Amino acid sequence: MAKIQARGVNREFQIRNTLGRKERLKVLEGFDLDINEGEFLSLLGPSGCGKSTFLSILAGLDKYDGGDILVDGRQLQERSFSRGIVFQSYALLPWRTVIKNLEVGLEIRHIPKHERRRTARQYLELVGLAAFENQYPHQLSGGMKQRIAIARVLAYQPDLLLMDEPFAALDAQTRENLQIELLRIWETDKKTIVFVTHSIDEAILMSDRVAFMSARPGHIKEIIEIDLPRPRTEDIRNSAEFAKIRKNLWGMLQDEVLKVQSYGGYL
Amino acid sequence: MKEKLYRAGDIFSRSVGLILFFILWEAAPRLGWVRSTYLAPPSRVFGALWLLALRGELARHALISLRRVMLGLLVSVAVGVVLGLFIGYFRRIDRILDLLFQAFRQMSAFALFPVFILLFGLGELSKTIIIFWASLWPVLLNTSSGVKNVDPVLIRSAKSMGASKAFIFINIIIPAAAPEIFTGIRLGGSYCVMAVVAAEMIGASSGLGYLVLYSEETFNVPEMYGGIVGLAILGIGLNWILHRAEKYFTSWKEV
Repeated sequence: MAKIQARGVNREFQIRNTLGRKERLKVLEGFDLDINEGEFLSLLGPSGCGKSTFLSILAGLDKYDGGDILVDGRQLQERSFSRGIVFQSYALLPWRTVIKNLEVGLEIRHIPKHERRRTARQYLELVGLAAFENQYPHQLSGGMKQRIAIARVLAYQPDLLLMDEPFAALDAQTRENLQIELLRIWETDKKTIVFVTHSIDEAILMSDRVAFMSARPGHIKEIIEIDLPRPRTEDIRNSAEFAKIRKNLWGMLQDEVLKVQSYGGYL
Repeated sequence: MKEKLYRAGDIFSRSVGLILFFILWEAAPRLGWVRSTYLAPPSRVFGALWLLALRGELARHALISLRRVMLGLLVSVAVGVVLGLFIGYFRRIDRILDLLFQAFRQMSAFALFPVFILLFGLGELSKTIIIFWASLWPVLLNTSSGVKNVDPVLIRSAKSMGASKAFIFINIIIPAAAPEIFTGIRLGGSYCVMAVVAAEMIGASSGLGYLVLYSEETFNVPEMYGGIVGLAILGIGLNWILHRAEKYFTSWKEV
């Protein structure tokens, strides 16, 4: 049985159009997706297609209007201790030192203080930032902040990891380093990861499967298996296989982008 | 050694304006630009202050003023922060009360003083209330705005980890709003020092505000300026203390 089963999920928002009238905006419609235990799945699609909305729903941060979402065979809970999300904007608490930021999730779970500190240190080491435990977030670079945010999520050991374009705000070099680093971490315990991205290369490099979404109202248009061998490194980007998949996905994305433009954009 | 020199130079350059002001103030009555019966030179003002201090009167008036300021500020911080957190958290209540509070904020505490006297008499209560009123609004409105301005991604992040509403309120919203709350408290503090003067000029028999008015009435001009200088020092001192407290509690902020 799949870890997550989404069946016919709908989500619409009420917005005001340019004339100030209320209008219904269908973001997700008939969204079906199975996500397997332990897989790295990317959600890829044109901007505004609702991929982040689906991730928010999975994280318990947004509601859905129709359909069903089952996690481990049970209805999705709004509050849960078993999932973690990494945002593009890091979401670190600026008044807490690095180590205290890592402890937030453990505090929420009422884990005793000495154990919190030990676990936090362990994950800080995992992302290679042990020397920075007493620094404040504003003293760190963007790449370091995102490493801390990833370590924070891993520290409370969720069995579902949600990532909302986590590397989109980073420079190219840092992004590539973090992609490989995330893969290395993931290989060690193979937690289920749902990874939202608008970068085709990123999706191919990281994923077991890429779920390709249509333009809004968003639904899964196609699922592409990425059969590239693991563990993957930078070099894989230069392989013929990689280029073939990229070309295929490019074509699909292009079609959806054109569709969006022929609607006259969105919002 | 070099560093010491540098620091001394820094303090000097920052004091130039103040020094020039005192020189001008000393010169104006002595050179006959202003009648010295109306404007006492600082040398005589500080002499009068010294005599007041020797008689123990300066400390008495200053402590009474300080006590009134602290009491009014304490009450307005307690009420303003609690109410502000509550109002900022519940958007609907904020919507209902916002316009009313903006109007109250613009309403001068001095204009309301006669009302307070009518309602609460000439005693300490109406003095505390005018100081409280003057400082409440900046504290309350800054607190509620601080709560409203918390970066939503911080709340979403905590929520996704399964945090309860109470955890989010105590561990995310309050610390995130702390800098704005302190701005409100500092603003409130300086309003307190202004309001205490008005409170002590009507129906009071003690305090620096009373000292200023009484000295004017008995034509003791140097002592009057002494009281004014004392009020300035009180304001600077209070602001310094609040500034230190702010730095202590929000030391994490990037400079």
